[in-house]
Amino acid sequence: MNLAEIGIKAARDGIAKGDFTAVDIVKDVISAYKAKNAEIGAYLSFDEEAALRLAAENPKSIPVAVKDLINVEGQPCTCASKILEGYLSPYDATVIKNMKANGFFPAGRTNMDEFAMGSSTENSGLGVTRNPYDTGRVPGGSSGGSAAAVGANMCIAALGTDTGGSIRQPASFCNCVGVKPSYGRVSRFGVTAFASSLDQVGPMAKSVEDAAILLKALAGRDEMDGTTPDMPVPDYEAALTTASMKGVRLGIAKEYFDVAGMDDEVKRLVDAAISKCEQAGAELVEVSLPHTEYAMAVYYIIAPAEASANLARFDGVRYGHRSKRADDVMSIYTKSRAEGFGAEVKRRIIMGTYVLSSGYYDAYYARAQKVRTLIRRDFEEAFGKVDALIAPCAPTPAFEFGANQDPLTMYLNDLFTIPSALAGVCASSVPAGFTENTRLPVGVQFICGGFEEEKLLRISKAYEDCNH
Amino acid sequence: MKIDVGYVAELARLELTGEEAALFQPQLERIVEYVEKISSVDVSGVEATMHGRRLANAFREDVVRPSLDREKALANAPARTGDEFLLPKIVEGAES
Repeated sequence: MNLAEIGIKAARDGIAKGDFTAVDIVKDVISAYKAKNAEIGAYLSFDEEAALRLAAENPKSIPVAVKDLINVEGQPCTCASKILEGYLSPYDATVIKNMKANGFFPAGRTNMDEFAMGSSTENSGLGVTRNPYDTGRVPGGSSGGSAAAVGANMCIAALGTDTGGSIRQPASFCNCVGVKPSYGRVSRFGVTAFASSLDQVGPMAKSVEDAAILLKALAGRDEMDGTTPDMPVPDYEAALTTASMKGVRLGIAKEYFDVAGMDDEVKRLVDAAISKCEQAGAELVEVSLPHTEYAMAVYYIIAPAEASANLARFDGVRYGHRSKRADDVMSIYTKSRAEGFGAEVKRRIIMGTYVLSSGYYDAYYARAQKVRTLIRRDFEEAFGKVDALIAPCAPTPAFEFGANQDPLTMYLNDLFTIPSALAGVCASSVPAGFTENTRLPVGVQFICGGFEEEKLLRISKAYEDCNH
Repeated sequence: MKIDVGYVAELARLELTGEEAALFQPQLERIVEYVEKISSVDVSGVEATMHGRRLANAFREDVVRPSLDREKALANAPARTGDEFLLPKIVEGAES
């Protein structure tokens, strides 16, 4: 048996029975990395020695691939940016500490769009990741490396981050389960910040059960991240034992279906998913989220604004790239950043700086925050009537490299994932099948209210069960 | 022109090549134009949402605790001298 092909549940069961240890798993993961990474490019780096050492020290634990913006002590944390080449993390992020305390350990660093800005991983400054289902296509993004690693069986499970869809859309493109937890459910301490009012860390896995087990290990209060409330973390795995579609009120929002640019195959697969849920006992309810059409605009004000502030820390002074052309402090800033950041990061920094600049702040950032309230209220109102929303994850399956050259066209890929990110609620992407001719995976999205991960995972599992 | 890319890049401490500025200018014009659709939304009396959830202040006791080790903090420095980050002279006439 190739242990790189199994998921978390099977790994835990096999370890418990004494069939194999963490070392055996890591060896197979390393073999998969060596066999496939030249083609897939899921990983930016893989410290085999460190992974084997952690496995030997914790023989009953399970390796997890980590998106290259989450700090693991002594490991690179490039954020797929040239500006952080050579950087080694001085400490473990809280999610890494939590993983280690709960039977997991980090192994391998996955590729991503630079600083998580993108929807295809084409914005990585350090490498290309290919979709394991069609290497002429992108894996999605920004957590494209993590999704490809799961989809290509180059890991047991992976960590991603989701700011506007960066877990869910690549999960959809690479046939894995992705969960974006509610804002505040998982600590971001030690996770390089992109847009702080949106960023969340979450699991990318081979089944809903695996995602539930890993999410339980990650979640909880962290005094180093003031957005994490002191609320108990439910046993998400145990919650699944009562997973059922019977009586689930499933909301269908027309704003997620009557959309220009929606691929026919995606529509067919999502419609089929809805039928399966109904046959399994769900009650379908039409709802409306009237402010959905403004979500993209709100996001592309708020996220770049916060990014421009967060990325000010990359100044060439304390860590990261410092330009050799610089001869004074100002040119250390301007030239180091010019040489270190890629085009999309520069565009977003400029956009963010513009909307925050004097004279424009009220019209853009302040106003966007108010429209964000209206978007949040749309969800609150919908969740008064339904248990969950069911929706596509992305308007298309994985697209070909270079297909979305125009930034704005690329942004529109996140149409279905951005509103829930702005509302801070939780959402999942669950594999829904394959397109007919191109045989590309497509995920269906479930969205639940804030801190309703138990319900979200139960409904996701119930769908997964009826789709088998 | 909705956005002066050269000027905003200066504010953002980013040196742009002529090529980049020429590429970004129309792209950012279009993005700015797109996001302006929020100007038509009636937001009178609506409070702002600043985070993904309504937050309360997170206080802790103000006590001294160990922080990042100095050597670790300096380990990634592009240039250092002793226990400090090394930078070119900032103040005219000062010793660098």
